[in-house]
Amino acid sequence: MSATLADIAHGRSGDKGNHANVAVIAYTAAGFDWLRDHLTAERVAAYFAPLGPTRVLRYEAANLRAFNFVLENVLAGGASRSLRTDTQGKTLALALLRMAIDTPPNIHAMRRTPRGAAS
Amino acid sequence: MGKTVRIGNGCGFWGDNLDAPVELAAHGGLDYLTLEYLAELTMSILARQRQSSRDPRSGYASDFLDVLERLVPYLREQPPLKIVTNAGGIDPVACAEAARQRLTAASVPERRIGVVTGDDLASRLRELLSAGHPLTNLDTGEPLESVLDRVVSANAYLGAGPIVEALGQGADIVITGRVADASLTVGPAVHEFGWKWDDLDKLAQATVAGHLIECGAQVTGGLWCNWTDTDLSLVGYPVAMMTSRGAFVLSKPPGTGGAVNEETIAEQLLYEVNDPASYLTPDVVADFTSVTLEHAAQDALWVTGARGKPATDSYKVSIAYRDGFTSAGTLTIAGPDAAAKARRCGEILLARLARAGVTPARHRIEALGGGDLLDGVVPAVGDPPEVVMRVAVWDAEKRVVDRFSKEFAPLVTSGPPGVTGYTTGRPPVREVFAYWPSLIDKRAVRPEVHFR
Repeated sequence: MSATLADIAHGRSGDKGNHANVAVIAYTAAGFDWLRDHLTAERVAAYFAPLGPTRVLRYEAANLRAFNFVLENVLAGGASRSLRTDTQGKTLALALLRMAIDTPPNIHAMRRTPRGAAS
Repeated sequence: MGKTVRIGNGCGFWGDNLDAPVELAAHGGLDYLTLEYLAELTMSILARQRQSSRDPRSGYASDFLDVLERLVPYLREQPPLKIVTNAGGIDPVACAEAARQRLTAASVPERRIGVVTGDDLASRLRELLSAGHPLTNLDTGEPLESVLDRVVSANAYLGAGPIVEALGQGADIVITGRVADASLTVGPAVHEFGWKWDDLDKLAQATVAGHLIECGAQVTGGLWCNWTDTDLSLVGYPVAMMTSRGAFVLSKPPGTGGAVNEETIAEQLLYEVNDPASYLTPDVVADFTSVTLEHAAQDALWVTGARGKPATDSYKVSIAYRDGFTSAGTLTIAGPDAAAKARRCGEILLARLARAGVTPARHRIEALGGGDLLDGVVPAVGDPPEVVMRVAVWDAEKRVVDRFSKEFAPLVTSGPPGVTGYTTGRPPVREVFAYWPSLIDKRAVRPEVHFR
């Protein structure tokens, strides 16, 4: 059975001119370790290849169990010039969280605990 | 804990909920209410508003005046309540004078209104260029000369300094033009606690507070991935209770909907951030990767640990220039094969335009519901019963885009079966104001504080 990134992480995306950032935040420490090993900048770049980012950078924020991906020139001109519906990349985070992943053997230790009380 | 200062943000952008500032003033127990109106391109919208209304004094976020009027009862009941806002847009002086009139009419004339100016560089561009400030495009490296004749607005993101100065001179209401969003919060904190400009960790903490609350409900449940855990119809707006050492509690008024927890804060802390270890503002370079979150109470967390480094020598500058015309229209297409049919409808529309001698320089056809929102990054599954066809174009010439906007209605009778939803008339044609990010040496910019 396959899982998606949303089983182990949440996130949010936004814009800066023609660039977008996508933050992916693990629910647990185990999930964060999995992200570090598997959700590389290369993998994110390949996932969003149809949108044509020129470069993808990954920044780590271990205090938040998060990785922040910056997708350069991914917005087809950005808020003012893009002809897309999603000119500001608001839906990029949800799209990334739908990425299918091979179910990690310890996925039970990565899932969200009720009421956002993960720690 | 000593002295605390409660700063709440009741507006995250121009167009945000008009009741939120009033609710927050009524139930937030605030010392300061901040109201943030200026997104990246709002200045150019204000420039166009001023131009098209032929009123030379309309270049500010007029919503603020109505909000201010509704806040009058709370200003009366809570005399210490202060307001800090960037509603001034491209004409903060006109905004302050209009605010003065409203306050006088409402019989609260004693409030002092401080105005921050100096961010507006539009009239100084040639002077700055000839003085050796290139204002090159940060993203493309192009020189500003290539678009100089088409510039409609140019503003430096000022820091908290002039806000602190205005408050220090007794302002009850501070109206600014472009300032860094977080500086709306940093200003009151520095003023209240007497921090120095080299108290970098404290400035970083206040910057975190400002960054978290600047988008209003985005930190209290808005956009939260687990939003179904709460009721967003009653979402409360955020309040940062600052302490003198910089630590703060982020919360929302009791009894409101939404949520404040580790998830909502983490999502918003990284929103629109590049390198989280180096968040650049005119006040400080803040490191978000040392921030710690700790439970304080229901829907309330302690936020501590941000570290600061000295700010850079530059202000960010946001320039907007005229860049052609655009329009986008939609029709709803019923299946079977709705997505393919929608894309074909878009092609028919463009072919008819071409036959009429009109070919927009850029176009995009989307079958929304068919996986086109992100060009197939999330593929469609199955055959959706209907999709929305959206066609958008851009051209340097307005007449081309005008002609395009007239080509939707004919598809209802001369296209395939199942085309509907032509209910809102021809799509509007709007001028494009393109975004030109740049930097300028801080010494070339002269922030000033006035009173009105």
